[in-house]
Amino acid sequence: MSFRKHVFQARDLVAGYDDRIILDHISLEIPSNQISVIIGANACGKSTLLKTLARIIKPKSGEVLLDGQPIHKIPSKQLARVVGLLPQSPIVPEGITVADLVGRGRYPHQSMFGTWSRKDYEAVAEAMEIMHITDLANRPIDELSGGQRQRVWIAMALAQQTDILFLDEPTTYLDITYQIEILDMLTDLNRRYGTTIVMVLHDINLSARYADYLFAVRQGKLVAEGKPSEVITSELIKDVFGLDCTIIQDPISNSPSVVPIGRHHASGGIPTAIGGKVHVR
Amino acid sequence: MIMMNTFTLTKTTKTTDPIAFIRLGRILRRRRWVLVTGILSLLTLALCAAMLMLGNTIYPVRDVIAVLAGEEVKGASFAVGTIRLPRMLAGLFAGFAFGVSGYIFQTMLRNPLANPNVIGITSGSSAAAVFCIIVLQSSKTVTSVVSVIAGLLTSLLIYILSRGHASFSIGRLILVGIGIQAMCNSMITYLMLIGEEHSLPAAVRWLTGSLNGVRMDELPSLIISCLILVPIICLLGRQLMMLELGEQAARSLGVRTDAVRVMLIVSAVILAAIATAITGPFASVAFLAGPIAVRLTGAGSANSIPAGLVGGVLVLAGDLVGQFAWTTKFPVGIITGIIGAPYLLFLLIKLNRRGDF
Repeated sequence: MSFRKHVFQARDLVAGYDDRIILDHISLEIPSNQISVIIGANACGKSTLLKTLARIIKPKSGEVLLDGQPIHKIPSKQLARVVGLLPQSPIVPEGITVADLVGRGRYPHQSMFGTWSRKDYEAVAEAMEIMHITDLANRPIDELSGGQRQRVWIAMALAQQTDILFLDEPTTYLDITYQIEILDMLTDLNRRYGTTIVMVLHDINLSARYADYLFAVRQGKLVAEGKPSEVITSELIKDVFGLDCTIIQDPISNSPSVVPIGRHHASGGIPTAIGGKVHVR
Repeated sequence: MIMMNTFTLTKTTKTTDPIAFIRLGRILRRRRWVLVTGILSLLTLALCAAMLMLGNTIYPVRDVIAVLAGEEVKGASFAVGTIRLPRMLAGLFAGFAFGVSGYIFQTMLRNPLANPNVIGITSGSSAAAVFCIIVLQSSKTVTSVVSVIAGLLTSLLIYILSRGHASFSIGRLILVGIGIQAMCNSMITYLMLIGEEHSLPAAVRWLTGSLNGVRMDELPSLIISCLILVPIICLLGRQLMMLELGEQAARSLGVRTDAVRVMLIVSAVILAAIATAITGPFASVAFLAGPIAVRLTGAGSANSIPAGLVGGVLVLAGDLVGQFAWTTKFPVGIITGIIGAPYLLFLLIKLNRRGDF
């Protein structure tokens, strides 16, 4: 099975409010058909970067290119069939049912009157199946738990059937169990359909585990990018988060894992993957 | 092994086909929408008929139809054709306009408190109209035009004041709106205190809203703007539903949010301003119609038309009650105001509990 490939680039992006610069000349290319994660400390501009890439924020200068074409020149519905975004806190209209909300993801595919075609039903059913919410289809969203709601929102983004999907902190406010569940489902999506996924995640270890590619942002600048195994070093974590740490290998996924060093635990032993103790310095 | 899920369609039938399951839910919801909208239309029609038939003399349907067909019927031609018909049309179209306008603001701003009264359109229109009547003693036409313009300017002023330095906030919009509304109302009260006695009855309409003394020649602007703007609003219904998900979600779904928002706001403001210029502000109609319509049809569909119909029903029913329930006649605005007050209290308590306020 061959996946549709896209070249998605940002060229010299500058963004900000008033005279505060939030993105400082960022250029990058999103690896097609892979999972990319943008990491960085709070207020470093990672969310702004995601929103600028997903055309929610208009850059002050520079441009975002989809297959060589500036995205602001692509008609908005046409672009919405290729690039989707799940915002951090979307708003649930009171009383709406799961199927109706997921169906709103079909908007860019529908005509002016919004009648559902066979394709619309198939896309909605498939999206709901991937997120395991089919049996909730006719329930009002108000009745669902936080984890279930998040799955509904992702299903809405899936029903949009875009080749590229941006997600702004899709796991925030969720218990660890649901965080893993959501990230597993997104990985399924990527492996099955080749969907290019770009997300902002808060948890650096989960980022290292699920990302094929990482972008590290500090004060509006892109400071590192590459595979997690190459990018995550204690120097980079110190540089980006200002945190002293040791990097060990995650015993489950073999990805790098950050073990922070706090003031109270600086000289403590650090368990390694094989269970022994290692001393720093 | 493949696990097959079964979904309960009705009490007795189950299916393993997820598409059938989703489709059935949608069909049932759609059926409810059509049923509710149909019933509301019939109710509106019945109220319109009642408005034409009832009065000091009750005319049978036959006479009413004859008058509407342009025949000369002794007594009925004047009472029905000159008095009751414009009253009914004004109530129907103004109620519809307020209902749609309120629904748009409530949905777009995602706040049940947002409505043309709060956003200042009606209070600005009313104050200007009272000023025209009492101070300038201008004609009805001039008064209407001035009050529409004043309504538009007031809403623009409130928008500018609520913009703040960086971001637009709905909370600020509502607070500024309430402030401006209080200012306009105090101005109306002052003007009425200094006004001459003969101009007061005309001015009172602007306090509560009333269908008394509406003339046929005042109506074309309202009816034409409804006929032009309501179809536009219906065409934008799906975009409005997307806006309901928030700015970012709407944009990423391919909605040109800025353009859609401007078109919807301008349409809603014009509808409310023109309706106010003819009947005065009906307290609570714009505020009640949307939530009642959504409750009846179920959320998740475009509800502009049902909201308009509920607006029409509220005004017509309110006017019939005001005219015939007691020996004293009350303007319709008083009746709708009485219905609206408890709902406002309920809403404030609910919003307060949810921590939205």
